Amino acid sequence: MTSETARLRSKTWGCAAIVVLAQVFGNFFLKRGMPAELPSPLSYITVLFRPWVALGVSLLIVWLLSRMTLLSWADLSYVLPVTSLGYVLVAFAGRWLLDERITGTRWAGILLIVAGVALVGSGSTPQTWRGKSGGPS
Amino acid sequence: MKWLLIATIVASTSVGEVLQAIGMRRYGEIRDFRPSALGCAAGTLARNSAVIGSVVAMAVSFFAYLGLLSLTDLSFAVPVTAATYVVETVLAKYVLKERVNWLRWAGAAVVLSGVALVSL
Repeated sequence: MTSETARLRSKTWGCAAIVVLAQVFGNFFLKRGMPAELPSPLSYITVLFRPWVALGVSLLIVWLLSRMTLLSWADLSYVLPVTSLGYVLVAFAGRWLLDERITGTRWAGILLIVAGVALVGSGSTPQTWRGKSGGPS
Repeated sequence: MKWLLIATIVASTSVGEVLQAIGMRRYGEIRDFRPSALGCAAGTLARNSAVIGSVVAMAVSFFAYLGLLSLTDLSFAVPVTAATYVVETVLAKYVLKERVNWLRWAGAAVVLSGVALVSL
Protein backbone atom coordinates (compact mmCIF):
# COMPACT_ATOMS: atom_id res chain seq x y z
CA MET A 1 0.00 0.00 0.00
CA THR A 2 1.49 3.36 -0.97
CA SER A 3 1.55 6.25 1.49
CA GLU A 4 -1.00 8.10 -0.66
CA THR A 5 -3.39 5.13 -0.54
CA ALA A 6 -2.88 4.78 3.23
CA ARG A 7 -3.52 8.51 3.70
CA LEU A 8 -6.69 8.33 1.64
CA ARG A 9 -7.93 5.22 3.43
CA SER A 10 -7.41 6.61 6.96
CA LYS A 11 -8.92 9.98 5.96
CA THR A 12 -11.94 8.21 4.48
CA TRP A 13 -12.61 6.02 7.51
CA GLY A 14 -12.08 8.90 9.97
CA CYS A 15 -14.49 11.10 8.09
CA ALA A 16 -17.01 8.25 7.71
CA ALA A 17 -16.90 7.71 11.51
CA ILE A 18 -17.78 11.38 12.11
CA VAL A 19 -20.60 11.13 9.54
CA VAL A 20 -22.09 8.05 11.24
CA LEU A 21 -21.83 9.31 14.85
CA ALA A 22 -23.28 12.73 13.97
CA GLN A 23 -26.18 10.99 12.18
CA VAL A 24 -26.97 8.65 15.08
CA PHE A 25 -26.84 11.21 17.89
CA GLY A 26 -28.43 13.92 15.76
CA ASN A 27 -31.45 11.71 15.12
CA PHE A 28 -31.59 10.54 18.72
CA PHE A 29 -31.69 14.07 20.16
CA LEU A 30 -34.19 15.12 17.50
CA LYS A 31 -36.58 12.32 18.49
CA ARG A 32 -36.00 12.97 22.20
CA GLY A 33 -37.17 16.57 21.87
CA MET A 34 -39.98 15.98 19.36
CA PRO A 35 -43.59 16.49 20.57
CA ALA A 36 -46.25 13.83 19.85
CA GLU A 37 -47.59 15.85 16.92
CA LEU A 38 -46.89 18.94 14.83
CA PRO A 39 -50.39 20.41 14.35
CA SER A 40 -49.62 23.46 12.18
CA PRO A 41 -46.98 24.62 9.68
CA LEU A 42 -45.76 27.14 12.28
CA SER A 43 -45.09 24.32 14.75
CA TYR A 44 -42.49 22.91 12.32
CA ILE A 45 -40.52 26.13 12.96
CA THR A 46 -41.15 26.61 16.68
CA VAL A 47 -40.13 23.04 17.44
CA LEU A 48 -36.61 23.90 16.25
CA PHE A 49 -36.15 26.08 19.36
CA ARG A 50 -36.65 23.21 21.81
CA PRO A 51 -33.23 22.44 23.37
CA TRP A 52 -33.03 18.74 22.43
CA VAL A 53 -34.26 19.43 18.91
CA ALA A 54 -31.76 22.28 18.52
CA LEU A 55 -28.95 19.96 19.65
CA GLY A 56 -30.15 17.31 17.20
CA VAL A 57 -30.27 19.82 14.36
CA SER A 58 -26.73 21.02 15.23
CA LEU A 59 -25.42 17.46 15.02
CA LEU A 60 -27.26 16.90 11.74
CA ILE A 61 -25.52 20.02 10.38
CA VAL A 62 -22.20 18.40 11.40
CA TRP A 63 -23.43 15.27 9.61
CA LEU A 64 -24.22 17.24 6.44
CA LEU A 65 -20.88 19.09 6.37
CA SER A 66 -18.77 16.00 7.14
CA ARG A 67 -20.69 14.09 4.48
CA MET A 68 -20.09 16.81 1.91
CA THR A 69 -16.39 16.71 2.81
CA LEU A 70 -16.32 12.93 2.35
CA LEU A 71 -18.13 13.24 -0.99
CA SER A 72 -15.44 15.61 -2.25
CA TRP A 73 -13.17 12.61 -2.86
CA ALA A 74 -15.25 9.43 -2.43
CA ASP A 75 -17.96 8.05 -4.74
CA LEU A 76 -21.61 8.50 -3.74
CA SER A 77 -22.22 4.82 -4.42
CA TYR A 78 -19.43 4.02 -1.92
CA VAL A 79 -20.39 6.58 0.73
CA LEU A 80 -24.06 5.55 0.85
CA PRO A 81 -23.65 1.89 1.88
CA VAL A 82 -20.69 2.47 4.22
CA THR A 83 -22.43 5.19 6.21
CA SER A 84 -25.54 3.01 6.41
CA LEU A 85 -23.96 1.58 9.57
CA GLY A 86 -25.75 4.55 11.14
CA TYR A 87 -29.05 2.73 10.65
CA VAL A 88 -27.86 -0.07 12.91
CA LEU A 89 -26.67 2.31 15.61
CA VAL A 90 -29.94 4.27 15.39
CA ALA A 91 -31.83 1.03 16.07
CA PHE A 92 -29.65 0.48 19.17
CA ALA A 93 -30.32 4.05 20.28
CA GLY A 94 -34.06 3.50 19.82
CA ARG A 95 -33.93 0.27 21.85
CA TRP A 96 -31.64 1.27 24.69
CA LEU A 97 -32.08 5.03 25.00
CA LEU A 98 -35.72 5.49 23.96
CA ASP A 99 -37.01 2.09 25.13
CA GLU A 100 -38.55 1.27 21.73
CA ARG A 101 -39.67 -2.32 21.07
CA ILE A 102 -37.49 -4.05 18.44
CA THR A 103 -38.73 -7.36 17.02
CA GLY A 104 -36.64 -10.34 15.92
CA THR A 105 -37.32 -9.38 12.31
CA ARG A 106 -35.84 -5.97 12.92
CA TRP A 107 -32.71 -7.43 14.54
CA ALA A 108 -32.35 -9.78 11.54
CA GLY A 109 -32.45 -6.72 9.35
CA ILE A 110 -29.67 -5.17 11.40
CA LEU A 111 -27.46 -8.23 10.78
CA LEU A 112 -28.18 -7.97 7.04
CA ILE A 113 -27.11 -4.34 7.08
CA VAL A 114 -23.82 -5.21 8.79
CA ALA A 115 -23.24 -7.95 6.16
CA GLY A 116 -23.97 -5.53 3.35
CA VAL A 117 -21.57 -2.92 4.73
CA ALA A 118 -18.82 -5.57 5.05
CA LEU A 119 -19.46 -6.67 1.47
CA VAL A 120 -19.07 -3.16 0.12
CA GLY A 121 -15.97 -2.44 2.20
CA SER A 122 -14.08 -5.65 1.37
CA GLY A 123 -11.52 -5.28 -1.35
CA SER A 124 -12.70 -1.93 -2.66
CA THR A 125 -10.67 1.25 -2.54
CA PRO A 126 -12.34 4.44 -1.29
CA GLN A 127 -11.82 6.44 -4.45
CA THR A 128 -12.81 5.62 -8.00
CA TRP A 129 -12.91 9.22 -9.13
CA ARG A 130 -9.90 11.49 -9.26
CA GLY A 131 -10.29 15.19 -9.79
CA LYS A 132 -8.58 18.44 -9.03
CA SER A 133 -7.84 19.62 -5.50
CA GLY A 134 -10.33 21.95 -3.79
CA GLY A 135 -10.76 25.40 -5.25
CA PRO A 136 -13.27 27.62 -6.95
CA SER A 137 -15.07 26.05 -9.91
CA MET B 1 -50.01 10.96 5.82
CA LYS B 2 -47.09 8.80 7.01
CA TRP B 3 -46.46 7.35 3.54
CA LEU B 4 -46.84 10.74 1.86
CA LEU B 5 -44.11 12.07 4.14
CA ILE B 6 -41.92 9.04 3.34
CA ALA B 7 -42.41 9.56 -0.43
CA THR B 8 -41.48 13.25 -0.04
CA ILE B 9 -38.36 12.34 1.93
CA VAL B 10 -37.23 9.70 -0.59
CA ALA B 11 -37.73 11.97 -3.62
CA SER B 12 -36.15 15.10 -2.17
CA THR B 13 -33.25 13.24 -0.54
CA SER B 14 -32.37 11.44 -3.79
CA VAL B 15 -32.29 14.68 -5.75
CA GLY B 16 -30.37 16.44 -2.96
CA GLU B 17 -27.72 13.72 -2.68
CA VAL B 18 -26.98 13.70 -6.39
CA LEU B 19 -26.79 17.51 -6.56
CA GLN B 20 -24.48 17.47 -3.54
CA ALA B 21 -22.15 14.99 -5.21
CA ILE B 22 -22.14 17.03 -8.43
CA GLY B 23 -21.38 20.23 -6.51
CA MET B 24 -18.55 18.73 -4.46
CA ARG B 25 -16.94 17.17 -7.53
CA ARG B 26 -17.13 20.49 -9.30
CA TYR B 27 -15.22 21.92 -6.32
CA GLY B 28 -12.68 19.10 -5.96
CA GLU B 29 -11.05 17.20 -3.08
CA ILE B 30 -10.76 19.07 0.22
CA ARG B 31 -7.17 18.66 1.49
CA ASP B 32 -6.74 21.65 3.83
CA PHE B 33 -8.71 21.29 7.09
CA ARG B 34 -7.57 24.51 8.80
CA PRO B 35 -10.57 26.64 9.90
CA SER B 36 -9.64 29.50 7.56
CA ALA B 37 -9.37 27.14 4.59
CA LEU B 38 -12.67 25.45 5.48
CA GLY B 39 -14.32 28.88 5.77
CA CYS B 40 -12.97 29.79 2.35
CA ALA B 41 -14.28 26.49 0.94
CA ALA B 42 -17.71 27.15 2.51
CA GLY B 43 -17.79 30.61 0.91
CA THR B 44 -17.01 29.16 -2.51
CA LEU B 45 -19.50 26.31 -2.12
CA ALA B 46 -22.26 28.78 -1.09
CA ARG B 47 -22.08 30.15 -4.66
CA ASN B 48 -22.15 26.68 -6.25
CA SER B 49 -25.57 26.22 -7.94
CA ALA B 50 -25.58 22.44 -7.49
CA VAL B 51 -24.81 22.80 -3.77
CA ILE B 52 -27.55 25.45 -3.40
CA GLY B 53 -30.06 23.14 -5.12
CA SER B 54 -28.93 20.33 -2.86
CA VAL B 55 -29.51 22.42 0.28
CA VAL B 56 -33.05 23.34 -0.86
CA ALA B 57 -33.90 19.68 -1.57
CA MET B 58 -32.41 18.64 1.79
CA ALA B 59 -34.46 21.32 3.57
CA VAL B 60 -37.68 19.90 2.07
CA SER B 61 -36.55 16.43 3.14
CA PHE B 62 -35.71 17.66 6.66
CA PHE B 63 -39.11 19.20 7.38
CA ALA B 64 -40.90 16.12 6.01
CA TYR B 65 -38.63 14.05 8.27
CA LEU B 66 -39.59 16.17 11.31
CA GLY B 67 -43.24 15.39 10.54
CA LEU B 68 -42.50 11.67 10.20
CA LEU B 69 -40.48 11.62 13.43
CA SER B 70 -43.39 13.13 15.36
CA LEU B 71 -45.65 10.30 14.10
CA THR B 72 -43.43 7.20 14.38
CA ASP B 73 -40.62 5.50 16.34
CA LEU B 74 -37.01 6.53 15.68
CA SER B 75 -36.18 2.91 14.81
CA PHE B 76 -38.85 3.04 12.08
CA ALA B 77 -38.37 6.58 10.77
CA VAL B 78 -34.64 6.33 10.10
CA PRO B 79 -34.48 2.91 8.37
CA VAL B 80 -37.54 3.49 6.20
CA THR B 81 -35.90 6.52 4.60
CA ALA B 82 -33.23 4.17 3.23
CA ALA B 83 -35.66 3.44 0.40
CA THR B 84 -33.56 6.13 -1.27
CA TYR B 85 -30.76 3.57 -1.75
CA VAL B 86 -32.16 2.06 -4.93
CA VAL B 87 -32.89 5.43 -6.53
CA GLU B 88 -29.54 6.90 -5.52
CA THR B 89 -27.43 3.94 -6.67
CA VAL B 90 -29.13 4.04 -10.06
CA LEU B 91 -28.58 7.81 -10.25
CA ALA B 92 -24.92 7.35 -9.24
CA LYS B 93 -24.48 4.96 -12.14
CA TYR B 94 -26.41 6.83 -14.83
CA VAL B 95 -26.26 10.51 -13.81
CA LEU B 96 -22.89 10.73 -12.04
CA LYS B 97 -21.36 8.10 -14.38
CA GLU B 98 -19.68 6.33 -11.46
CA ARG B 99 -18.22 2.86 -11.89
CA VAL B 100 -20.55 0.75 -9.74
CA ASN B 101 -19.11 -2.77 -9.65
CA TRP B 102 -21.05 -5.91 -8.77
CA LEU B 103 -19.76 -5.92 -5.17
CA ARG B 104 -21.24 -2.48 -4.59
CA TRP B 105 -24.53 -3.45 -6.24
CA ALA B 106 -24.67 -6.61 -4.13
CA GLY B 107 -23.71 -4.72 -0.95
CA ALA B 108 -26.29 -2.03 -1.57
CA ALA B 109 -28.94 -4.70 -2.26
CA VAL B 110 -28.11 -6.58 0.96
CA VAL B 111 -28.10 -3.33 2.95
CA LEU B 112 -31.45 -2.41 1.44
CA SER B 113 -32.93 -5.85 2.28
CA GLY B 114 -31.75 -5.41 5.86
CA VAL B 115 -33.19 -1.94 6.07
CA ALA B 116 -36.53 -3.25 4.75
CA LEU B 117 -36.60 -5.91 7.48
CA VAL B 118 -35.69 -3.35 10.13
CA SER B 119 -38.63 -1.20 9.11
CA LEU B 120 -41.23 -4.05 9.21
